[in-house]
Amino acid sequence: MTRLMPRALMAPAVVTLFLWMIVPLAMTLYFSFVNYNLMQPGEHPFAGIDNFHYFVTDPDFWAAVSNTLLLIGSVILITLVFGVLLALLVNEPFPGRGIVRVLLISPFFVMPTVNALLWKHMMMNPIYGILADVWRAFGAQPVDWLTDFPLLSVIIMVSWQWLPFAVLIFITSLQSLDREQIEAARMDGATGVQRFFYLVIPHLARAVAVVVMIEMIYLLSVFAEIAITTNGGPGNASTNLTYMIFKQSLLNFDVGVASAGALFAVILANIVAVFLIRIIGKNLD
Amino acid sequence: MPNENHLAHMARTLGAWFAALLLFFPLGWLFLTAFKTELQAIHVPPLFVFEPTLDNFSEVQRRSDYLLYARNSLITSVVSTVLGLLIAAPAAYSMAFFRTRRTRDILMWMLSTKMMPAVGALVPIYVLAQMAGMLDSLSALIIVFTLSNLPIMVWMLYSNYKDIPPEILEAARMDGASLWTEFRHVVMPLSVGGMASTGLLCLVLSWNEAFWALNLTSAKAGTLATLIASYSSPEGLFWAKLSAASLLAIAPIVVFGWFSQKQLVQGLTFGAVK
Amino acid sequence: MKRHAQAGLALAIAAVAASGTAHAATELVIATVNNGHMIEMQKLTPEFEKSHPDIKLKWVTLEEGTLRQRVTTDIATKGGQFDVMTIGLYEAPIWSKKGWLKPIATDAAYDVDDLLPSIRSGLSHEGKLYAAPFYGESSMLMYRQDLADKVGFKMPERPTWVQLREFADKANDPAGGVYGMCLRGKPGWGDNMALLTTMVNTWGGQWFDTAWKPQIDTKPWQEAISFYVDLMKKDGPPGASANSFNENLALFNEGKCAMWVDATIAASFVSDPKQSKVADKVAFAPAPVAVTPKGANWLWSWNLAIPASSTKDAAAQTFIKWATSKEYVQLVAKETGWASVPTGTRKSTYANPEFQKAARFAAAEKTAIDSANPNDSTLPKSPYVGVQYAAIPEFQAIGLGVGQQMSAALAGKVTVEQALKTSQTLAEREMKKGGYYK
Repeated sequence: MTRLMPRALMAPAVVTLFLWMIVPLAMTLYFSFVNYNLMQPGEHPFAGIDNFHYFVTDPDFWAAVSNTLLLIGSVILITLVFGVLLALLVNEPFPGRGIVRVLLISPFFVMPTVNALLWKHMMMNPIYGILADVWRAFGAQPVDWLTDFPLLSVIIMVSWQWLPFAVLIFITSLQSLDREQIEAARMDGATGVQRFFYLVIPHLARAVAVVVMIEMIYLLSVFAEIAITTNGGPGNASTNLTYMIFKQSLLNFDVGVASAGALFAVILANIVAVFLIRIIGKNLD
Repeated sequence: MPNENHLAHMARTLGAWFAALLLFFPLGWLFLTAFKTELQAIHVPPLFVFEPTLDNFSEVQRRSDYLLYARNSLITSVVSTVLGLLIAAPAAYSMAFFRTRRTRDILMWMLSTKMMPAVGALVPIYVLAQMAGMLDSLSALIIVFTLSNLPIMVWMLYSNYKDIPPEILEAARMDGASLWTEFRHVVMPLSVGGMASTGLLCLVLSWNEAFWALNLTSAKAGTLATLIASYSSPEGLFWAKLSAASLLAIAPIVVFGWFSQKQLVQGLTFGAVK
Repeated sequence: MKRHAQAGLALAIAAVAASGTAHAATELVIATVNNGHMIEMQKLTPEFEKSHPDIKLKWVTLEEGTLRQRVTTDIATKGGQFDVMTIGLYEAPIWSKKGWLKPIATDAAYDVDDLLPSIRSGLSHEGKLYAAPFYGESSMLMYRQDLADKVGFKMPERPTWVQLREFADKANDPAGGVYGMCLRGKPGWGDNMALLTTMVNTWGGQWFDTAWKPQIDTKPWQEAISFYVDLMKKDGPPGASANSFNENLALFNEGKCAMWVDATIAASFVSDPKQSKVADKVAFAPAPVAVTPKGANWLWSWNLAIPASSTKDAAAQTFIKWATSKEYVQLVAKETGWASVPTGTRKSTYANPEFQKAARFAAAEKTAIDSANPNDSTLPKSPYVGVQYAAIPEFQAIGLGVGQQMSAALAGKVTVEQALKTSQTLAEREMKKGGYYK
């Protein structure tokens, strides 16, 4: 019974996910090898690796790859660092703790499209945005965020939205931190910093791994924020891989090339995942 | 000594409030803008004091079928979250407490099912849904949401279960508890916080999901994401109206989040356990 | 006796069947764009359902980009999700040529000759109308009369870009919060490229020559784009390279722009005191020209069409004819006022004195629309249809790519020469893939 039971428990999840993965993947694989443009219905002649070649030789391709990696890396870093700090901050009771916790989580409730419009229109506009106002209050020239720092602007928007996720996971994880152990260490004379690095961080290791892997997956397909604010520009400064796929899929309606692009995205994701697992994989156990 | 603690306590309070308000500020600004006129919304410098109006909300009510969209959002989010938890919890439990060599591989594989950007899989899924006659149906959305969130749920629950010290389970097993008793009386109470936060996060992810909601639905199964899509960037000032529509779209979820925040941080208390 | 019974039974069955069908209403799912006129039409749904009790309307409102993606995916995969689709002047020629649309059956009461000829020709294929327009626009110049008076600039009848630069230079006062010229800069084939294409047109350029070769690295493009970048760098607002219609509208209504060249519908917004601070100070002029007046102002319309695979043809035709008829215009006028009627479609609307009174810019708008010809908008002969775009499927991606480069040039990230060169390469690449030449 002990051998069968675990398998039976996992079966529904594994089977459903398998079907969910395999059918679109098979279709995407098929489409990537044929000439299939929605605007030209009819035969789908075999195209060999033409679609892949076309996608890779796009002048924006390598910029898109690097922007994708930059975006993923920056957002993960920002959410990890500030996530841990904020979770620690609210880990002890203080007046209004409940409200503060809800406020900290609130950005996650906003729809990505609204998030993008919010930042573009209300915060970052160099004339009537709030940030421009703040800059002017300090006597400085307002920053033209979307023009001069397009990728950074997208990173800020996405970090703002995902920080609550990290905070929530870390808050939950800190709940199971052994208080007695920390007290004992403090009695023994360990400083706050030492307690932090030798007790808290290791405890959070698994939560960090979870946050990193989940965010990586979602950040790979960031697209609404880019489409609404900068449309990938100026030039290709804020174009990422998913945006390139979008161009092929929903502007050109070229399903063949879009499928090839999607497979490239999967390959990139796998490479990043292997790399991340190497760093933090043991923490999952 | 007491002073130090007092000072640290004040620093903590101030720091926490400052961070919270900073993080909340854009959302708060959205809230304010929902009560402005379009002209007030684009005012330079930004207006903090103004005469509020409810016009935007009534416009949203008149223009679109808010109740239908809200109902659809509610159904798809809640059902997909519950369904997901029912499928994910056993799997996470199994992987956390009956670890094998393949456990990490399976976890990674589950995550890899999300690696394909939705926009690349649009045509295959659309054609599939069409063939199954499931375009513009709530069931299609529920299936898509459940399966999209399943890997996340498994991961988060796995992490949560791993946080439970094995001594407790040992103790229960030595007392002769069956699997079900073990789960219901030992694991579940200790992981309420984790399950609640997993559920809430996936609820929010489904609630805000816009890509599939827009592409797989038309007249009947649209969610609040569709509502928002009808307010963004037409030709003409729309900012105050969009703010109002956004508030109406996220209000149910925020209210739910507020009420469940106690469960979110309920967790292990080592003193009681020991 | 038996025959009577049989007849009676037959009659009874027929009666039940007839009453059954009389109760079963046809439901039309209409995909539409979220502009003001369509929203108005949704509000008038009860009116339509009252006069056509056997048809029910269900609306799916989306913003332009999403709508286009949604309906194109649906019609190409024959998804059948929508019975009536809102398509632009861009899709109509492409889709009608592919046979994806049903012709609109017009009758004498509809008075198809009342439709503005430039738009009608853009929507017709081989003499048949394939989509009915409910909103049309061109582009024009909106400017602040008070600022012109202040700097002593007299707006000519048909201004040139060079003349406008003079005004912009004088009126530009960043310290005082006024910028000389506000123009689109956000990348997109319907965003910045709509405006830039008209500039290229009026400098005597074109997108593709008759052999479908992209012409982006030619002299007219050089001159037009250089002029645009220089003008905006000197007299434009910060953040221009991310600004589209709405951002510029916000700026203009707040009084921050001396001039703005954009869609004619903007005229109604900037002169509406409820949303514009400068409503009483606005004046209008035709879109500026350079070397030629051809293609200097664009042409766009939103239209209702029926997919060829539709099973609800009759109901759809009825609805479309109602929504784009003269009577509908009267209905809107009665319910909301003449200032809100859909414009840019019918000659009769513009001839109406009430409308002329309510819309100060009506005459200017009609002149602009009439002078835009999608079949003849460039100085050298072009193989494509469209004023501010080329009605080929590849254009969306090409337009976006070129738009991104133009935006980069405006932001100072690349030189104009580099931007044009990169654009030429990417355009050639897409055209080659599309099979226009080897």
